[in-house]
Amino acid sequence: MSEAATPRPRRERPGPLEYLRRWPLRIMVGGTLFFLYLPLITLMVFSFNDSRRNIVWEGFTLKYYEKAFSNASLIEAFTNSLTIAFATTILSVILGALAAVMLWRFRFPGKAAAEGGMALPIVVPEICMGVAMLVFFARVMPLPQGLPWPANLGAIIIAHTSFAFPFVATVARARLASFNRELEEAAKDLGASEWRTFWDVLVPHMKPGLIAGALLAFTLSLDDFVITFFTAGPDTVTFPVKVYSMLRFSISPEVNAASTILIVVTVALTAIGLHLQNRNAQKTKA
Amino acid sequence: MEQSWRQAKAAFAAIALPPLAWLLLFFLIPLAVIWAYSFGENTGPVTIDLTGTFANYLRAIEPIYLEIFWKSILIAGLTTILCLVIGFPVALAIAFASPRTKTWLLMLIMLPFWTNLLIRTFALIAVLRENGYVNFALEWLWNNASWAMTLAGFQPLGEFEPLKLLYNNAAVVVGLVYVHLPFMVLPLYSALDRMDRSLMEASLDLGAGHLRTILLVVVPLAAPGIASGVLITFIPALGAYLTPDLLGGTDSQMIANVIERQFKRANDWPFGAALSFLLMYLTFIAIAIQTTLQRRADRRGA
Repeated sequence: MSEAATPRPRRERPGPLEYLRRWPLRIMVGGTLFFLYLPLITLMVFSFNDSRRNIVWEGFTLKYYEKAFSNASLIEAFTNSLTIAFATTILSVILGALAAVMLWRFRFPGKAAAEGGMALPIVVPEICMGVAMLVFFARVMPLPQGLPWPANLGAIIIAHTSFAFPFVATVARARLASFNRELEEAAKDLGASEWRTFWDVLVPHMKPGLIAGALLAFTLSLDDFVITFFTAGPDTVTFPVKVYSMLRFSISPEVNAASTILIVVTVALTAIGLHLQNRNAQKTKA
Repeated sequence: MEQSWRQAKAAFAAIALPPLAWLLLFFLIPLAVIWAYSFGENTGPVTIDLTGTFANYLRAIEPIYLEIFWKSILIAGLTTILCLVIGFPVALAIAFASPRTKTWLLMLIMLPFWTNLLIRTFALIAVLRENGYVNFALEWLWNNASWAMTLAGFQPLGEFEPLKLLYNNAAVVVGLVYVHLPFMVLPLYSALDRMDRSLMEASLDLGAGHLRTILLVVVPLAAPGIASGVLITFIPALGAYLTPDLLGGTDSQMIANVIERQFKRANDWPFGAALSFLLMYLTFIAIAIQTTLQRRADRRGA
């Protein structure tokens, strides 16, 4: 995003390459955006519609929001999802930053294998990862049942971190490629310890990458249905799993209301994240 | 220059141990357990003996399961082609837009990608169902057409029959295209944006039309972007679970739905494990094909 935001010098003359000015492409872009947004906007608008089934507008109401907010299990699922996403983000940023520095800084035997292993969670189909987590927590490392909240979310947090931290590592490593290694050496020559060099020199440079990675980890965790569906026990319901079971029984406008809230939360968080990232990018450039 | 791990053993251990241990314990071991189970047999309701049998894989290549694999590949392939056909012009238009418009359009393409997959699928159901928007619009058109026909002195059209747009294979493809379109547009855009525009200008100056320029100049130049777009659309589409589950009918099961059934209702973990690994091998084959093509293209370019 930050790349696209920086204006690039371009000729002013409306050239033959300005494809967006041609009507077939305009129709194509417009049609695609219509296709992408019509369902979402319909969903959001009809969460305020005072009618159960009809797609005709019957009047404005907030009663489905009231219903959603007084639905204790829906609120619990929502809280669980946000808690899991926060914990996953913290763990993923730490592990992802370490993995990025490891692959960027060191030469070691088995490096190619480590790199391949880090890429695996990104490419393995999520259904395969879901069933692997199901079997792992059922047979290999069963976590104790009936733990108090939020410890009962441990299995889901572990599963989410496993697929999210390689994404953070990829983003952070791309950022490290622009780091001047001499800065690190200079810090060490001037007497900084390994830890201080890492914390005061490397981490600040990685910061935009880590923010982008954190945003990615948060959304991946909040978005995930399949892996959670297999890892979650009966008493640990997340928002997507709850919505899924509500959908199975009946399509009620309450789901529209709850979904609208989630969409607004995600869009707001994304906007904040992108804003922070842009500000950081500008600061590093200045 | 990278540092040898021997020069800073303590630092290396502190940095490398946490991510590697996590990857091993919480990713590689679970996969290894599944892999081992795929050579096992159910000997009781909860016991699985690792007998080293190939029976699960033999069962997986029975015609009924082969057909499901084949169908999953076809549906994922069709989804990828549709995403490419829709996504290429969109990416082209974005890449050549003014910087300001470009930022906005990219944002608009990415925003649905940040919203929850389940919610997007659910929203699509509301639009496509029998009393949803598409049928509503079609009914309106139908009734108007009917009215116009009576005005012109013809027989009116019959009663409007709502189309069954949900719970079939077409709905699964529409749903997968809906969900994966941003995956295709973004790599295409970044390839087209980096492309050397003077080559296009040269082609246009020398008298080639736009269509010819795009097919003979732009597409070969953007080939790496097209290849990565195809790959990152095809892989998740092949393993899709939610879309066929929610939008598909009884005959639109994809491979992920069969795997889920083995692990939940059918309770046949060894067979489900074998199917999971076959799906994973298919994914790896797709990646290997893409890498080989990429390498060949790089060599030709060099």
